[in-house]
Amino acid sequence: MSGEELTEQETALYDRQIRVWGVDAQRRLSKSHIFVSGLKGTAVEFCKNIVLAGVGSLTLNDDNPVTPEALAANFLIPFDENMGGGGSLADLCCDSLKDFNPMVHVSVEKGDLSSFGVDFFEKFDIVVISCCSLAAKKSVNEKCRKLSKKLAFYSVDCRDSCGEIFVDLQKYCYVKKKADETDECQLDYPSFEEAIAIPWRSLPKRVSKLYFAMRVVERFEEVERRKPGETSIADLANVLKLRNELCLAHSLNESQIPDTLLERLVVSTKEFPPVSAILGGILGQEVIKAISGKGDPLKNFFFFDAVDGKGVIEDISTS
Amino acid sequence: MTSGQHLSAIKGAKVLMVGAGGIGCELLKTLALSGFQDIHIIDMDTIEVSNLNRQFLFRQSHVGQSKAKVARDAVLRFRPQISITPYHANVKDPDFNVDFFKQFSVVLNGLDNLDARRHVNRLCLAADVPLVESGTTGFLGQVTVHIKGQTECYECQPKPAPKTYPVCTITSTPSKFVHCIVWAKDLLFAKLFGDKNQDNDLNVRSNETASSSDHSEDVFERKKDEDIEQYAKRIYDHVFGHNIESALSNEETWKNRNKPRPIYVKDVLSDELFQQNGNADKMMESENLSSLSAMGYLGLKNPQDIWSLKENSRVFFAALKLFFSKRQKEIGNLSFDKDDHLAVEVVTAAANIRAASFGIPLHSLFEAKGIAGNIVHAVATTNAIIAGLIVIEAIKVLQNEAKNCRMTYCLEHPSRKMLLMPVEPFEPNKACYVCSETPLLLEVNTHRAKLRDVVEKIVTSKLGMNLPLITHGSSLLYEVGDDLDADMVANYAANLEKVLSELPYAITGGTTITVEDLQQELVCSINIKHREEFDEEKEPDGMVLHGWTQAPAVEKKDAAATNGASTSTTSKSAPNILEDDDELTILESGIETISSGKKRKLSDISTPEPLEEKRAKKVPEHVDDDGDVIVMLDDVTKENSL
Ligand SMILES: [Zn+2]
Repeated sequence: MSGEELTEQETALYDRQIRVWGVDAQRRLSKSHIFVSGLKGTAVEFCKNIVLAGVGSLTLNDDNPVTPEALAANFLIPFDENMGGGGSLADLCCDSLKDFNPMVHVSVEKGDLSSFGVDFFEKFDIVVISCCSLAAKKSVNEKCRKLSKKLAFYSVDCRDSCGEIFVDLQKYCYVKKKADETDECQLDYPSFEEAIAIPWRSLPKRVSKLYFAMRVVERFEEVERRKPGETSIADLANVLKLRNELCLAHSLNESQIPDTLLERLVVSTKEFPPVSAILGGILGQEVIKAISGKGDPLKNFFFFDAVDGKGVIEDISTS
Repeated sequence: MTSGQHLSAIKGAKVLMVGAGGIGCELLKTLALSGFQDIHIIDMDTIEVSNLNRQFLFRQSHVGQSKAKVARDAVLRFRPQISITPYHANVKDPDFNVDFFKQFSVVLNGLDNLDARRHVNRLCLAADVPLVESGTTGFLGQVTVHIKGQTECYECQPKPAPKTYPVCTITSTPSKFVHCIVWAKDLLFAKLFGDKNQDNDLNVRSNETASSSDHSEDVFERKKDEDIEQYAKRIYDHVFGHNIESALSNEETWKNRNKPRPIYVKDVLSDELFQQNGNADKMMESENLSSLSAMGYLGLKNPQDIWSLKENSRVFFAALKLFFSKRQKEIGNLSFDKDDHLAVEVVTAAANIRAASFGIPLHSLFEAKGIAGNIVHAVATTNAIIAGLIVIEAIKVLQNEAKNCRMTYCLEHPSRKMLLMPVEPFEPNKACYVCSETPLLLEVNTHRAKLRDVVEKIVTSKLGMNLPLITHGSSLLYEVGDDLDADMVANYAANLEKVLSELPYAITGGTTITVEDLQQELVCSINIKHREEFDEEKEPDGMVLHGWTQAPAVEKKDAAATNGASTSTTSKSAPNILEDDDELTILESGIETISSGKKRKLSDISTPEPLEEKRAKKVPEHVDDDGDVIVMLDDVTKENSL
């Protein structure tokens, strides 16, 4: 056991979770720095979880103003007829999160996600982005990979009652405990760009249909220059057409991406709060695992669909 | 899923939440965000510091206030237009009767103990209201749906029992640290600070062999003018020295065991040190009773450290001194409370000294507190996930899509790629005494057992009845209630002390009695079978109930306890109810485990044959069907709970 000991205050506050992951992990958590961009319901759930867990600092990025829609899925922002009085989403969430755990340093970073350079990310251990474009995902992920330090990158999205988490831990070493033995394990993660470039045919059978459906929608938004989630029923025909083209190119049977699933993702783009809670919880656990070095990390996609109730891990990589 | 029909089902619903702890806070938030308009919430607990790491609706400034009320206010801040009705009360209060339950469209449990869960299950069955039940421990959790007549009820499957240990393991032959904790908490602590008149298996006589009189003195009686140091020293030498010495004299016991070593004060602390420890007037300055701390006084800062025998002995003396000088008013009616720091210090120190005696590894205060307080491992993330799953199931129930309901396990290690694993719910168990009317069978010595024994050991503790009423044929033998007249009360009191065969309407082999609880609207028939002898160790109740199944107890290391509720994780992790019990209980455990092949609960592994067969044939229709599932949840806790 190295480093300073936890204070009495920390031991009292974190008593129950130290019983789950130990003092050492708690100490590492308290020294970790997290960056989160895109503060809709799912990201906010995640923020709540890691602030409670006692990370060292959390930096929030989302310059969007408070809209009725944003309010609807966000329990961090007190109800206010004036829509937060002109503050950004990040500002308002920051005020509220500070209150959750005085031992965590919560702050706001203004600016557009795409404007942050490689150096910007140097100060973080964990980068989480939510509700951003395909291009932003690829580029932030690449920036994280350019740093010499090992930085964990996650993206999380919730549409209707479906959700996706992507994880890139680059080369990740951890200790696996089995009974009384311990194994040194190493996992090689592809970047987001590398993962989605893998031809669909060469993926394992029975990959979650959601994986394909999310790629179709994401591609559609890029081609049509839409913001994430900016789709409606009027787009369905074109989305289906794109689906068919992609399936043809990848020699995948169209039935692997059902119309009904695409329709849900395109028509109802709002986050379904119970699913946000589930995704925020799973992502929180993964980030805690990555920081503490304890437990098998998820590699490298997670899907949840409330319709079948399954929360599935898919390994989409060449290794 | 966010369609219009959804929303109308949600908006029209009136929901009862039981528990505002770990799962409860998450659940209330998710319900409000999902559009629920009318939510009632019951929780008897007040907020504690150790809740704040996951019960995110609460702040430091709320410590001591009602969970239900503070949770309501917190949620109204972001959803002022909805209605939330809090009850700072016990769900077992008679006010929450069947009529109360009938007003709700669905009941959602985020409870932390078996007893309250059973109670709510019965009321939901009686009121015919669907129940969504939940629990978490560490990274594990589960959500189940119980709809009368369509799915199994909460009690259709046996629940792991609180672990109990044979009395002699605790009093004479401990082999694990937990045995020392049980001894320190349920015997020594109870004797020192609890009701002196209560029976206790601790040897309190200074000289056992002097069988002569019942009047050999009780060493726990403090003599007139005896100062605290001398008293504490006498207790120490008696329980750690003399009692071990006299146990050693029984050669037979130690044939195949390592002999313990008696420990006396003089062996551990020099006179000087003992004096120092004693005249600690500085430590008496603190006026705040709740912050009294022996370790603080002794300069022991880190609760994670394992103290030496000497340090434990010093803590023991300092803590006793603090109790007798600062909290003398409470002595005589204290019971162990994991949030009472001084009590935790006494129990930790005493358990460690005993462990040293028996060659058992010593433990830190942090670990000892967890064991003694049945503390459930709890993290925010699992509670958030489970709350999300509860709301998804609740919405299906409200849309009358019972067929689509699932029970869902939240796993730590994926099984068939799944971290969240839905399973089809089971049909009601036809042999369940709660939701079907199958009679129970009680084997008992009708010439020896008193009605009181049956009430205490069976009706209250096993059947979980709150306000029982016992009839034989058309005659009433016993009932509990506020509105009884004095004659009846006297009559029932007299009946309690009679052996079964001598009751006014004798209970003998072959008779059937009826036991009911008017609040729970539960009626059970019990067929009586006379049996002469019972094995003291294996059948400590002196009677055996059949048809009522309880899975064998699991120890913390191997199995998970439930939170949520306990697991309210909620909340109060230590099942209070169990602590008042005479039995030496440890850890309530509720989480179920899935074993390979059967894809079902841990509890199944040891259910009686017929049940198991039935289950095996009826393997839940699992979502996929490739290959083998192997989820041994027990590993999980090992890895995690360091
Ligand atoms: Zn039942």
